[in-house]
Amino acid sequence: MSKQEQHWEKTRNLLFITLAIWFVFSIGIFLFGAEMQESNIRPFGYPLTYWFTCQGSLAIFVILIFWFAGRQEKIDDEFGFTEREGDQ
Amino acid sequence: MIKGKFIDNLPKVYGLYTGGFLVFIIIMAIAEQAGMTAKMIGIFFVSFTVLIYALIGWLSRTLQTDAYYVAGRQVPTVFNGMATAADWMSGASFVAMAGGIYFKGYGYMALLVGWTGGYVLVASLLAPYLRKFGCYTVPDFIGTRYGGNLARFSAVVVLTVASFTYVTAQINATGTIASVALDIPFEIAVYVGLASILMCSMLGGMRAVTWTQVAQYIVLIIAYLLPVFWISNNIGAGFFPHFMLADEVARIAELEGQFGFVKNSAADLATVPKGLSAITKAHSAVNATPWAFISLAVCMMAGTASLPHVMMRYFTTPSVRTARRSVGWSLFFIFLLYSSAPMLATLSKISLMDPNLATGIIGKSITEVQALDWYQNWNQAKLMFVSDFNGNGTLELNEFFMKGSAVVLATPEIAGLPYVISGLVAAGGMAAAMSTADGLVLAISNALSHDVYYKIINPKAETAKRLIVARVLLVLIGFAGATIAALEIQGILGSVIWAFDFAMSGLFFPLVLGVWWKRANAPGAVAGMLLGLISGTAYLIWVRSGGSGFLGITQLTFGIVGAAVSLVSMIVVSLITTAPDAATQKMVDDVRVPSGKTILGKQH
Repeated sequence: MSKQEQHWEKTRNLLFITLAIWFVFSIGIFLFGAEMQESNIRPFGYPLTYWFTCQGSLAIFVILIFWFAGRQEKIDDEFGFTEREGDQ
Repeated sequence: MIKGKFIDNLPKVYGLYTGGFLVFIIIMAIAEQAGMTAKMIGIFFVSFTVLIYALIGWLSRTLQTDAYYVAGRQVPTVFNGMATAADWMSGASFVAMAGGIYFKGYGYMALLVGWTGGYVLVASLLAPYLRKFGCYTVPDFIGTRYGGNLARFSAVVVLTVASFTYVTAQINATGTIASVALDIPFEIAVYVGLASILMCSMLGGMRAVTWTQVAQYIVLIIAYLLPVFWISNNIGAGFFPHFMLADEVARIAELEGQFGFVKNSAADLATVPKGLSAITKAHSAVNATPWAFISLAVCMMAGTASLPHVMMRYFTTPSVRTARRSVGWSLFFIFLLYSSAPMLATLSKISLMDPNLATGIIGKSITEVQALDWYQNWNQAKLMFVSDFNGNGTLELNEFFMKGSAVVLATPEIAGLPYVISGLVAAGGMAAAMSTADGLVLAISNALSHDVYYKIINPKAETAKRLIVARVLLVLIGFAGATIAALEIQGILGSVIWAFDFAMSGLFFPLVLGVWWKRANAPGAVAGMLLGLISGTAYLIWVRSGGSGFLGITQLTFGIVGAAVSLVSMIVVSLITTAPDAATQKMVDDVRVPSGKTILGKQH
């Protein structure tokens, strides 16, 4: 497998992990909205589903993107595909 | 004080700007104490901020194509994040979203999840790759990746339909705010809004829009957060509302149970002015069927990743790496406002509903409410209405009507804050709507001038001529948008949601598969764009004209139908036609690697 193919395979795996986390917090948990709302876990006292929609999921997305960007930079570095001055 | 290049001094320049703006707020507060009228304060706030944006627009004028189309590709990560946040947060986010949550409660919070979750798709699927491509516009990517004028032109069609739907809503929002703040009729205010929008973008294109958007973000975030914190402290709900409003949320549920949701008769509702509504749904009750929530969130997420005015902001960063990080910063700046919207809706509701608070009006006598200053102001602007349907002399929950956009604009006054805050909120709403309108008008006119005029009609056009065409188109599109906005076909929030559905129907899969599926070819992409857009639109028209729809897909989520058709037709047509040639496959390989030259040159 060429260097570029390996790079792309790692990139694709990172994409799948990122999208899996994204799916859980944007779609997955809201399938159980009614059950979660009744739960005893109440962040800052808010009902759980209500909290996820107005703070929890949103904050997780912010962190997820920065985490993803960091991992992707590592992958690019590993294969020497990081941009250099004058590339653009 | 400022030496060297503008780009190197950005923190200092915008630090001074923010300080200056805070001083301006304080001066206005002093002027209010000294007896300046509410009307004058509103006029000062809106005209002062708009003049500043116009000044920035004029200072950023340019005669170069890469500055005009992609701001010279030198916008630093964090500042591009702020500009994107302003570009993204429209009149719908600023003025209408808290209102939607106020009236519809939990169900409308799907917009919060959808409008933030979409950025994960932007960061992981598209933005870095499109940056590597080096395109000026989104159709530029489609046209080069798939090849052929038909693909390019189809992308322009989808872009125009989606962005134009969106921009009419924004001009409508600037008109609403300008008419309230400057006290002029809506039909005229729409054109005042348009003139302000064009001043920011006409001379400097993307460069001017970038630097005005950063300035607009600063105004809009101060204008949104200050009242939320102030009201929360004022009513003793907690000094940091985001973590401390749980008791208020519980109290609202208790009051809702006490007052009950009485359904108004059709005859009673006929007397209520158009567009106003009463609270009819519980604030935080979760629907038993999650599909309505999830389908709306999915549409908003896919729409986010397909809207060209957002995507083109990531063409302005210096590198692929900064484009990726910039998406994170964009979402962070958006998060600051979005996490506050439900808090504002909660505070607004509790201020109006709780009889223990001085500001509570439910349960008071109708004549007492009608005598309130703020009620008279907003009633005159046709944004608020009360009527004693049951004739008992007191105001019930179902007898108080408000327009969605009034929730944000009127809450400071309702909660008894000084008028200077209302003026600030009006300036913030104006900033939000203007910044998005600028991005959209520019996205459309750039696509028409670069992709249709330069790439298809007259490839030999000189730079000067191209930029004149771009500016003429900018003005024409602005006027067309204002004319349609003046007709008020659909509410602000409704049109914005439609725009996401249109974008998702036609562009989501052609963009994503362009990077992630090498086998995708031009006939497939054209089929995906056109059939997606046509089927989505047909479904919308069918549901609007009384059709029953299927799978619970409504006129707000028709993008699901469009995108599904788009995906299937794109795959089927790609597979039955010939695979893309070796040069195209090589191009896709190059896009997937950050290092090396961009596919399209710096000037093209």
